[in-house]
Amino acid sequence: MTQYAEGITAEIVKEHGINDEEYAVILDRLGRAPNLVELGIFSVMWSEHCSYKSSRAHLGRLPTSGEKVIQGPGENAGVIDIGDGQACIFKMESHNHPSFIEPYQGAATGVGGILRDVFTMGARPVALMNALRFGAPEHKKTTHLVSGVVAGIGGYGNCVGVPTVGGETNFHAGYNGNILVNAMAVGLADADNIFYARGAEPGQPIVYVGSKTGRDGIHGATMASAEFDDASEEKRPTVQVGDPFTEKKLIEACLELMATDAIAAIQDMGAAGLTSSSVEMADKGGIGIALDMDKVPQRETNMTTYEMMLSESQERMLVIMKPGREDVAYEIFKKWELDVAVIGETTDTGRMVLTHKGETVCDIPVAPLADDAPKYERPYFAPEVRAQLNAKDVAQPSHMGEILLKIMSSPDMASKAWIWKQYDRHVMADTAASSEDPSDAAIVRVHGTKKALAITTDCTPRYCFANPFEGGKQAVAEAWRNLTATGADPIAITDCLNFGNPEREEIMGQFVGCIDGMAEACAKLDFPVVSGNVSLYNETNGVAIPPTPAIGGVGLIPDMDQRAHFGGMREGDILIVVGETEGALGASVYLKVIENREDGGAPLVDLDVEKANGDFVRGQIRSGRISACHDLSDGGLACAAADMAMASNMGIKLAHEGNVPMHGYLFGEDQGRYLLAAAKEDAIAILQDAKADGVPVHVVGLAGGTAVTVNGAHPLELDRLRAAWEGWMPGLMEQLVEAAE
Amino acid sequence: MKSAVIVFPGSNCDRDAHDAIETVTGQKPAMVWHQESELPEGTQFVMVPGGFSYGDYLRCGSMASRSAIMPAIIAHAATGAPVLGVCNGFQILTESGLLPGALMRNAGLKFVCEKAPLTVENANTQFTSRYEAGARLLVPIAHHDGNYFADAETLDRLEGEGQVVFRYGKNPNGSARDIAGITNEQGNVMGMMPHPERAVDAGHGGTDGLALFESLLGSA
Repeated sequence: MTQYAEGITAEIVKEHGINDEEYAVILDRLGRAPNLVELGIFSVMWSEHCSYKSSRAHLGRLPTSGEKVIQGPGENAGVIDIGDGQACIFKMESHNHPSFIEPYQGAATGVGGILRDVFTMGARPVALMNALRFGAPEHKKTTHLVSGVVAGIGGYGNCVGVPTVGGETNFHAGYNGNILVNAMAVGLADADNIFYARGAEPGQPIVYVGSKTGRDGIHGATMASAEFDDASEEKRPTVQVGDPFTEKKLIEACLELMATDAIAAIQDMGAAGLTSSSVEMADKGGIGIALDMDKVPQRETNMTTYEMMLSESQERMLVIMKPGREDVAYEIFKKWELDVAVIGETTDTGRMVLTHKGETVCDIPVAPLADDAPKYERPYFAPEVRAQLNAKDVAQPSHMGEILLKIMSSPDMASKAWIWKQYDRHVMADTAASSEDPSDAAIVRVHGTKKALAITTDCTPRYCFANPFEGGKQAVAEAWRNLTATGADPIAITDCLNFGNPEREEIMGQFVGCIDGMAEACAKLDFPVVSGNVSLYNETNGVAIPPTPAIGGVGLIPDMDQRAHFGGMREGDILIVVGETEGALGASVYLKVIENREDGGAPLVDLDVEKANGDFVRGQIRSGRISACHDLSDGGLACAAADMAMASNMGIKLAHEGNVPMHGYLFGEDQGRYLLAAAKEDAIAILQDAKADGVPVHVVGLAGGTAVTVNGAHPLELDRLRAAWEGWMPGLMEQLVEAAE
Repeated sequence: MKSAVIVFPGSNCDRDAHDAIETVTGQKPAMVWHQESELPEGTQFVMVPGGFSYGDYLRCGSMASRSAIMPAIIAHAATGAPVLGVCNGFQILTESGLLPGALMRNAGLKFVCEKAPLTVENANTQFTSRYEAGARLLVPIAHHDGNYFADAETLDRLEGEGQVVFRYGKNPNGSARDIAGITNEQGNVMGMMPHPERAVDAGHGGTDGLALFESLLGSA
C-alpha cells in the first residue's frame, strides 16, 4: 500500500493535525491512502474539539444521570424534566480561540452556535448566559477585547430576540494571551417532542437548510485544537461571520418544521460543519450517507468538496426527513426566505460517499470517524496542592470600611453594568431577575405558568489553580448554592472545561483534579452533568490559562411567590449567617486586592455541610420568613453585606466577636454559607429551626443607617460605596475611547 | 377591540405585544405576516412591534417600510384608527413617512437596555388618556438606534402641537429634546422607543405600560 495518495505529503498530513499513529489507523481502516477530502474529514472529526481525544477518558467519571434527566451528554444539549410535561434543554460552549482573534465575530458566533445546539433539539431558546474571562485590566489588549466581545454577544442575542440574562466576568493576567468566552443557552420544549441526532434510517432524504456555504471558518475546529503563538492573529480568516437575522429565521422555521412529524433526525452544522453533522447522524443511526456536493447551496463560485465539507459557515442545519415529506420543509423554509435543498440520502452501506461534478471524491466508512477517533490516556501528575493560610499570618488593616471600598471597586467585584446594559435582558417578557437585579441567579419564568427557571454560571479559577480538586468541587457547589439562594431546586449542570495544553502533564493533572472534584460534588449534591464542552490548548507561547471549569447550573422555582433575592432587607432586620466562618483567606479576593498576593490554599468544601445548609436556607425561603438572602462567595461576609445594603438601600451594622481575626471574619471565603435578613420574630423562628436541624447559624448584625459599619466603627457610607462600585468599569473602558481619539 | 400585530421575519417583540394586548383587551390580536397585503376585516388597533424586522442591515426599519403590508397600514392610519410602533416599530413608522423625523444610532454608539424614567407630556391622546399629564413612569428600553432627530422647525411644531407624548427623564441615547415618543398631527399614529408591552406585569418590568393599552381600549 502506498503511504500517500497523489498530491499528499507528510507535511500536508502534519498540517492537518494528524500524527503518525493516527495516520496509520486511517490507512488501516481505509485499506488505502486517503485523498485530500478524506484526510480533511478525518482531521476535523479527530480534532480535539470534535473527538475529545484527550478528555474522554476522564469525562466518564462525571455523574450524568438522575431522576430528572431526560437526556445526558452525547446529544446536542442536555434535557431535564421540569414537570407538567415540560422540558428544559441547555448547554454551555466555549468560543475562546476565535474570540481572541476577532472578538466581535468570535463572541457573536459563539452565541449563535450555542443557540442552535438548543433549538436543534426542539426547544425555543428563552435565555442566554455567559462566563467571560479577560486578561489583566491594564493589559494593552484587554479593553479592546472586552469591548468587542460584549458588542458581539449583544449584537447577536439582541437581534435574535433571546434575552441575555446573566453571567460572570473575571480579569486575571493568566488570560492575557487567551481570553475565555463561554456562552450558555437555555430553552423550553414539550417533553414528548424532543429531537435527536439519532433516529435516521436508510433511504431517507438529507435536507440542507439555512444559509449558503462559503469559505469561512475552514479548519476552525483544528485551530481550536492548537496553542497560540505570536502569529495567531494571522488565523483571522478561520473565524466565521455571524448573521443573527438568519438565525432568527432559522429558529422560527425549524420550530415550525418540528411542529410537523416530518423529521427523522436533525443536527446543526457547528464545528466542522457539514462533515460533523452528517457523520454524527449517520453514526448514531448506524447507517451510511451519500451526498451530491453539486446540490449544496454555495455562496461562492468554484468551491471544492474539501472546502464545502470543512466550511464553518454559520446558521445552517442538516435535517434527515421522513421519505416523501421534503415538501413540508420546502414550504416552510421558502416562507422564511432561507435556502433549502435535498443534498443526498441515507444508505445502508455504512459509508460516507460524496460525489462532485460526476466523480466520487470521497468514499470512507462512517464508523471509524466516530468510533476509532483517538482516545488518549495522557500522562499527568497531580499539581502540588498549596498549603492553607492562617488569617493570623496576614497583616490586619486598621480601617475595614476603606478595605471594603477597595475590594468592592476591584476588577472582579465591581459592577458590570457597563457590560449588561448592552444586552437586551427583557425581550420575551419573562425575565424576573437578570444581571441588574439583586439575585444570585437569573430567573426566567416558564411562559404562562407560576414556575421559573433559575440559571447561574460559576467558577473560581484562583481556587482551581491552588487546588484543582477543591476548585472543581467548589465550582459545582457554588452553582448549587446560587440557585438555592433564590429558592430554586437545583437540577443539573452543563460544563465548559477550559484548560491549557493537555500534552503537558501538569495541565492534564489540573484537568483530572478538577473533574474528580466536580464529580464528587455532582454526586453528593444530586446535581448531574447533562451537557458540556471541553476547550483545551488555551495557551500562548507555553503559558496556560488558570484552570477554568465553568459551570452552568439550572434549577426550578416551583412557585414564583416563594423565592428570595438580596434587595429586600428592611430597617431593623436581623442579619444571620448560615454556616461556619473560620476566616479562609487563602486564594481569596482580599489577599489579591489588599496584599497583592495569590498564595494560600483554596477554601475546602464540605459537601454534607453544603447540602444541609442549602436545604435549610431553601426551606426558610419557602416559609416566607426571609426578607433578603445572598450566598457568601468572593469577598466573604463583608462583600455580601455590601451587596445587600446597596440593593436594599439600607445600611448594615455588622458585629465581630470570637477568635477569628476581623479581616478573616469579614473577608474570609469559607464555603457553604449564606447571609439572611429577617424581621426580629422571623429571625427568632429561623434560629430555632436551625438549632432543631443542627445547622450552624450566627447573628452577625442589624439593618439600619446609611453605612456599613463593624462594631460601630469602620464606617463606609453607601453613597460612596456605590459610586466606587459602579465607577470602576466605566473608568476602565473610557481609556479605550481616549486611546481611539 | 380587534387588534393586529404585524410580524416581520426579524420581529422579536411580537409575542410580547400579543400577550400585552390580550391581557388588557381580553382579545387575542391577529398576527399579520409582512407579506400580506390587507389587514384582517374589522381591525381597529394596529401594533408594529420591536425587533430587527429585516436584520436592520440597511437602515433600521427601512426595508420593512417597503414591505407588502405597509400600504394597508398607511391606509388604515388615514382612517384615523390607532397605529402604535414600538422600538423597531417606531423606526418603521418614521421610515414609511407616517411619523416625522428619524432615529439615528445612539449618541453613546452602544446598545442600551435599561429601565428608562419617562414623563407623560400629553395625556390627551387616545394612547395616553389613562395617564395623568406629567406622570412619571419607568418603562424598559432596549435599542441601538433610538436617537430621535428632526430639524428645529419640525421639533418646534411637534412641541407646539402637543405631538411630543413621552420625554426621557434621563436622556439615554441623545434624542433631540429628550423625545421618547411622538404622534402624528392627527394624534392617531404614535411611535415610541420604550417598550410599554414589557411593562404590563408586576412580575416583569413593572406595570407602568398598562395604562397605555387601557387608554386604547377606553377610546375604542
